[in-house]
Amino acid sequence: MDKTLYTVTVYSENQVGLLSQISIIFTRRQLNIESLSVSASAIEGIHKFTITTWCDEDMIDKVVKQIEKKIDVIKAFYYTDDEIVYQEVALYKVETEKMLDDNSIEELVRRHNARILEVNRTFTVIEKSGHPEETQQLFEELSKYGVLQFVRSGRISITKSTAERVSIFLEEREGGRSRS
Amino acid sequence: MNHMATEKISGSEALIRSLLAENVKTIYGYPGGAIMPVFDCLYDYKDRVRHILVRHEQGATHAAQGHARVSGETGVVLVTSGPAATNIITGVTDAMIDSTPLVVITGQVASSLLGTDAFQETDVVGITQPVTKWSYQIRRPEDIAWAVARAFYIARTGRPGPVVLDMAKDAQQGTVEFQYKKCDYIRSYVPYPPINDADVQRAADVINAAQKPLLLLGQGVVLSHAEPELTALVEKADIPVGCTLLGLSALPTDHPLNKGMLGMHGNVGPNIKTNECDVLIAVGMRFDDRVTGDLRTYARQARIVHLDIDASEFDKNVKTEVAVLGDAKESLSRLLPLLEEKKHTDWIESFTPCERREYETVIAPELFSSSGPIQMGEVVRKVSEATGNRAVLVTDVGQNQMFGARYFKFTQTRSIVTSGGLGTMGFGLPAAIGAKIGAPDRTVCLFVGDGGLQMTVEELGVIMQYDIDVKIILLNNSFLGMVRQWQQLFFQERYSETPMSNPDFVTLASAYGIKGRRVETREQLDEAIAGMLAHRGAYLLDVAVEEKGMVFPMTPAGTCVTNIMLNVDEKY
Repeated sequence: MDKTLYTVTVYSENQVGLLSQISIIFTRRQLNIESLSVSASAIEGIHKFTITTWCDEDMIDKVVKQIEKKIDVIKAFYYTDDEIVYQEVALYKVETEKMLDDNSIEELVRRHNARILEVNRTFTVIEKSGHPEETQQLFEELSKYGVLQFVRSGRISITKSTAERVSIFLEEREGGRSRS
Repeated sequence: MNHMATEKISGSEALIRSLLAENVKTIYGYPGGAIMPVFDCLYDYKDRVRHILVRHEQGATHAAQGHARVSGETGVVLVTSGPAATNIITGVTDAMIDSTPLVVITGQVASSLLGTDAFQETDVVGITQPVTKWSYQIRRPEDIAWAVARAFYIARTGRPGPVVLDMAKDAQQGTVEFQYKKCDYIRSYVPYPPINDADVQRAADVINAAQKPLLLLGQGVVLSHAEPELTALVEKADIPVGCTLLGLSALPTDHPLNKGMLGMHGNVGPNIKTNECDVLIAVGMRFDDRVTGDLRTYARQARIVHLDIDASEFDKNVKTEVAVLGDAKESLSRLLPLLEEKKHTDWIESFTPCERREYETVIAPELFSSSGPIQMGEVVRKVSEATGNRAVLVTDVGQNQMFGARYFKFTQTRSIVTSGGLGTMGFGLPAAIGAKIGAPDRTVCLFVGDGGLQMTVEELGVIMQYDIDVKIILLNNSFLGMVRQWQQLFFQERYSETPMSNPDFVTLASAYGIKGRRVETREQLDEAIAGMLAHRGAYLLDVAVEEKGMVFPMTPAGTCVTNIMLNVDEKY
């Protein structure tokens, strides 16, 4: 079956051990997590997981329903790339000396809309946010100057729809409760 | 506000009082180092909560399951840390897959020692997360009441399941101002999703349009107490019913619309008709592979209506046309007035040839042979009838289980206790103990094989200590019978590690003060069964059954639901 890169977003209570509860659902289905990002969400006390994985829609639908079944998970959704705006951050460490020797690095940084985070005598750290192919492109172009370290974050994403589905759900839950 | 609130009590006492607040009357457990403060406190509450001392922690979980299944209450288990906590895993996993409400409390080393590989420390929350509905570690006495309230709420509501509370020793020993508030709301957990009336209407439209409907009855009907609604619905719309293993007894065996059990060793009718019906209505069942066989050939011609409380069951195995999310009782109540009164006489009569052929080739030879060794099915049916078909059937796993399910007859709900999803050998004896304690006024009959009995035979000690009146019918073929059957059918009769040398079980029972008798001939059987049932107290009836008995019909694993073997040579 055709595989698509799905972005799964999970909103949960901030409870110990949730990450492993969620990740074992992928493990049981033999799915590799391509990228993972977890942090506090915009809603106080609620954590957001953004997970990407390659699979078919039938599978991602089942996985998301099983994630949502976990007691401390508030809501889980899945999206294809065209339904979201997404981004990741990459950091590149290069030797400062190499950079000083060659003006083209500056040109590279400008052209890629990257920026320099830190410069010291020995190394320079460049930051670039974008889609994986963009951060990869910069990595390849920097490689001829020697990249000492290259790291990439997991994906974060925002939906293109105007309604924030998790907020609606919470509103219904908590609103219904205060009325009853 | 409770006036007692200002009084400080120990964490252990807070735990016991929390259990009392949840109306817990019975705890199945086993003491040990990391739970000793709680057991010490239990000593003061002896008159208010009954503790059943099992002989192995696995037995505690199965006993609690048996208790929960017959009574509808939440089973409670109390054990120590480390090896005790790992010993509960089988029962917890079994309860998870069979949707049985349990609250299991494990002791844990003091919180200062967590993560240090301390004596009898194990990562209980880590181990149990995949096999529980919720698993939580209590590190402070202040959290006890909250965690226990939440545990019971989660275990019993929605699709029920097991919850594990791992309680650090210092949480037991510290003190707390105790205040208990029952939990009835968790923001992130929606146990009873609001039912969508449009879905109910669509389900009604599909069912009303059906010429050849078939309803699959699962345990969800029992769990939501929806037996009256289900019965009313199938009678109004005249729909034949096939039951899953765990759904058996929700509809009396002799109800004219009850067409028997589904699945690998189920009845021919409902399996054959699964692939002939035009509408398949699944209620509180999950299309387990032992029911469906090969999904690619399963009910492809049918429009599927699925009622379940667990959204993750929809489309998991079988794609539905209409999914109705919600509690079965509520969904069926709303569906009932929308259904037209119907008669599907021709369709229902079309089951008759299936039933007749199964009766002649399978059932009659199993039940009414006048010569040769005693058959397992014949023992089951005789015991069932001797109880007026009013007993609780408890089974172990294997041939005893399938013969029990096929030939025991049910007249009231919550009358079957068996390990369905996990297929846990050794489940039977402790589950029967719990079933008797959970339904003390009912006769409890355990059918168990010689293999499974020996897996948890130590629990005979519980029967002795508490005088539990369980009738143990040992279907003794000196083989691991179901595996042997597969070896005969699919592994060229290579009986690898299935013959068993057994002890004298009657003598073993008598060592525990349990009366028993061995039966080797058909002529002794009726009288022996009558003697067992007339005896007050536990009884072990060791019946020498045909060594190479086999459960038929049989649909080989992973094949089409209609690919039914009636015996070794004959297919349907």
